[in-house]
Amino acid sequence: MKLQKNTELALYSVLEFAARPGEHVPAAEVAAKYGESLHHLAKVLSELARAGIVDSVRGVGGGYRFAANPRRLTLLDVIRLFEDLGAAAPAAAEAATPVDRALGQVLAEIDQIAQATFGSITVATMLGMVDRAAARAP
Amino acid sequence: MDSKLPQEGRRAARRLPGAERPAAVDEEVQVRPVRQADLPEVIALDATVTGLHKADYWQRVYRRYGIGGQGLRHFLVAVQGGRVLGFMIGEVRDWEFGSPPCGWVFAIDVDPRARQRRVGTHLLAAMRERFERVGVRVLRTMLASDNQLLLSFFRSQGMTAGRLIPLELAIGPQSGE
Repeated sequence: MKLQKNTELALYSVLEFAARPGEHVPAAEVAAKYGESLHHLAKVLSELARAGIVDSVRGVGGGYRFAANPRRLTLLDVIRLFEDLGAAAPAAAEAATPVDRALGQVLAEIDQIAQATFGSITVATMLGMVDRAAARAP
Repeated sequence: MDSKLPQEGRRAARRLPGAERPAAVDEEVQVRPVRQADLPEVIALDATVTGLHKADYWQRVYRRYGIGGQGLRHFLVAVQGGRVLGFMIGEVRDWEFGSPPCGWVFAIDVDPRARQRRVGTHLLAAMRERFERVGVRVLRTMLASDNQLLLSFFRSQGMTAGRLIPLELAIGPQSGE
């Protein structure tokens, strides 16, 4: 499963906000950290806000705050907002040749495993993994 | 088996204000081997979660894992105030397809009313300790890929995709082969 740029940015943003619960984090800070344009990030954050994953506060001291349950929200929940996960299977089923269909079956199997993996990892679990990765860093 | 379980993590202290919190302190939950007298509660708990009342099945499981475990098969219950909050069953399996002895967890249920109280965490820790006692160094389980709650629970305990890949084949007259 290849994730689009927006999806990756959404995941980075969610983890950034979730690591600082209750805190309003300016979008500009996240944009700068990940080298993205503020305009681009704003679109992603707007989608996350619509889904109730983040809250936004305007004005001085404003920014975005994580608003979901980190022990329930999974990576797949975030990915679904930006990716059409059901698109690959019908295309494979309509493939012209037996080779196409067989190959489509294999690719669908891979996608199923990828989705199950993303769906099994909550934001809280991911933050724990980030901590451990940071502790291992030289 | 299907149950919703709490998810733990090193960032548990980062819970949002107002987010779900454990309803009781951990120390009140005790994990011990199942007893005959626990079975009615275990059967009822399983029926609550699966919708199936399987008394005969649980009697067989009790005989094999509850009293006949010989240190390699474990049927544990988590109790609080004399009430069964959950259970876990596991066993040591060795040399399946060349795999050294490993600890298999193949059943877990937690009373839906006891979620978010680390019951699953306590059960898994107790099971792990028993496996480690006999030299087991790998813990395994297998779940349906759409069982997001249990998958995320085991993930929260540090489990990751392993070396083995489950495969299956539909057989019989309806298999389409």
